[in-house]
Amino acid sequence: MAEFDSSTALVDAAHRAYNEGYRKMDAYSPVPIEELHEALHMHDDRLPKIVLAGGILGGLGGYGLQYWASVIAYPMNVGGRPLHSWPAFIPVTFETTILAAALSAVLGMLALNGLPQPFHPVFNVPRFALASRNRFFLCIEARDAKFNIDSTRQFLESLGAREVTTVED
Amino acid sequence: MMTPDPVTRTPKEAHTPIAGAAGAGVPVIAPGHNFATVTDKISAIVLTRRTSLGWWFGFAIAFALANVLLVSIGYLVAVGVGVWGINQPVAWGFAIVNFVWWIGIGHAGTLISAILLLFKQTWRTSINRFAEAMTLFAVACAGLFPILHLGRPWLAYWLFPYSNTMNVWPQFRSPLVWDVFAVSTYATVSLLFWFVGLIPDLATLRDRSESRAGRVIYGALAMGWRGSAHHWHRYETAYLLLAGLATPLVVSVHTIVSFDFAISVIPGWHATVFPPYFVAGAIYSGFAMVLTLAIPIRRVYGLQDFITDRHLNNMAKILLVTGLIVAYGYMIEAFMAWYSANTYEVYMMRNRMTGPYGPLYWALLFCNVLTPQFLWSNKIRTNALLLFIISLIVNVGMWLERFVIVVTSLHRDFLPSSWGRYEPTMWDWGTYMGTIGLFLALLFLFLRFLPMISIFEMRTLVPDAKPDQGGAR
Repeated sequence: MAEFDSSTALVDAAHRAYNEGYRKMDAYSPVPIEELHEALHMHDDRLPKIVLAGGILGGLGGYGLQYWASVIAYPMNVGGRPLHSWPAFIPVTFETTILAAALSAVLGMLALNGLPQPFHPVFNVPRFALASRNRFFLCIEARDAKFNIDSTRQFLESLGAREVTTVED
Repeated sequence: MMTPDPVTRTPKEAHTPIAGAAGAGVPVIAPGHNFATVTDKISAIVLTRRTSLGWWFGFAIAFALANVLLVSIGYLVAVGVGVWGINQPVAWGFAIVNFVWWIGIGHAGTLISAILLLFKQTWRTSINRFAEAMTLFAVACAGLFPILHLGRPWLAYWLFPYSNTMNVWPQFRSPLVWDVFAVSTYATVSLLFWFVGLIPDLATLRDRSESRAGRVIYGALAMGWRGSAHHWHRYETAYLLLAGLATPLVVSVHTIVSFDFAISVIPGWHATVFPPYFVAGAIYSGFAMVLTLAIPIRRVYGLQDFITDRHLNNMAKILLVTGLIVAYGYMIEAFMAWYSANTYEVYMMRNRMTGPYGPLYWALLFCNVLTPQFLWSNKIRTNALLLFIISLIVNVGMWLERFVIVVTSLHRDFLPSSWGRYEPTMWDWGTYMGTIGLFLALLFLFLRFLPMISIFEMRTLVPDAKPDQGGAR
């Protein structure tokens, strides 16, 4: 794992590592960096789909609940007005749509990120605590096909890293 | 472990005070800050071992007031809603006035965090965290009132649709049931939004805390966040989607609150202007409360670098705009009452202006229409003390507005034989003051234990957050 001073250096290093043929790697930074997503060729559009599905289910569920409660389970005749009075059901349908979509956005994000995760090997590196302050890290993982403890270390050092450390499992 | 680094640690003491107009060209963060100084300055407020005397003093007062709430609720539960001043015909009284007031205050937090995020207003960054906290605490206070007003508050769960042995379901055609869904959804989504925003900052606090308890508690709450690029990628998507969902939600909540009035047939309530007029009023009162809180906080904690005069200026402008929309609402209310030529509507408006509660109506016009006109002046918009005073007046004005709407319409409706008067009792006041205490006590705890400014979003405002184009340094 290599430590860098700036976001520019990290994005640059990620580009070069990708061109070198490394695939199983991750970058750590105190701020989200859009360019990094391109540099690491990340494509994950599962979350918006999860949120859409959650919203649709929430809307159908909310409307279905009201229909079932007002028409089937507990029909109340108020001056002969229709039981299926759909305009009155819209506000609650809207709220349940938003509620389910928001819950699926948060839970989906956490699930896809594998959080909560009590432990991760990168925390073994003492200086990694700075990843949440002002330092940038690029970590090439041992399961990468091209990974070799010596040549990978040399490669990372050639990228202008401040410090290269081995992450113990 | 945390070796101070000579290059990044030296904060350049170059923060020149922002002079004059604080217009759009002024940066939203004082110059001279980098990742390290932003992180250290905000997290130090939370991680310091010493709790200041001022904090204890403020918290003690707020906590004492919160205990007034406890006593008031205890007495209410023991005796019944008769301890309040509500009667026939004024069955709503303080409970609904305060409910609408508190929930309106909450709206500014979501507006700042969601709508201004979608509009890429970077100045929102330093105020969104505590504005969201304000939303949560205000909604908590708001939620108490309708529940206490039920008469048998321990049966409040009957409002939710659940399969029960009575075989009874809620009446989904009633705006009061819409309220249950709107407010509970709003509280949940606000909590999610706030918590998601906190995750990276909790990780920062975990990494920087020097006490074991701090590391364990912040670590558990951060859930193992490590700032991975893959995580950030999904995190940003989720945050943006939440903002997109919260935006229509915040508009819908006060719309539904206004339906509580507008769906009825009471003169003065049955008006189509209510939803937009209520939403604008909510944002208006919310921004007033944000200013009321932000001005002392930035002074006490020395955060003028982050909450700059430009922030105050922008918030004052929003206050002015929403204040004008609210003024338009008052105008249309009066105009429609006259234009409808409906006896009851015309009488309601005349009674509102000249009846027993008339002085309150004129006081509300003074607070909400006249006072914000001072905000046209650039000088006043950048004068923290004057802004603070104006924001307090607007807070009072918005409370008066709800009082006038609730009480003047109810106390004299269609039949003169059923007219009446409403006087709040000491228990009404105790409950109301108590919720202010609860709100402030929660706010004090928040300021002490969580970062009041979003650290990671502040980092994105620092000049070196964006990688230079072209790659090499």
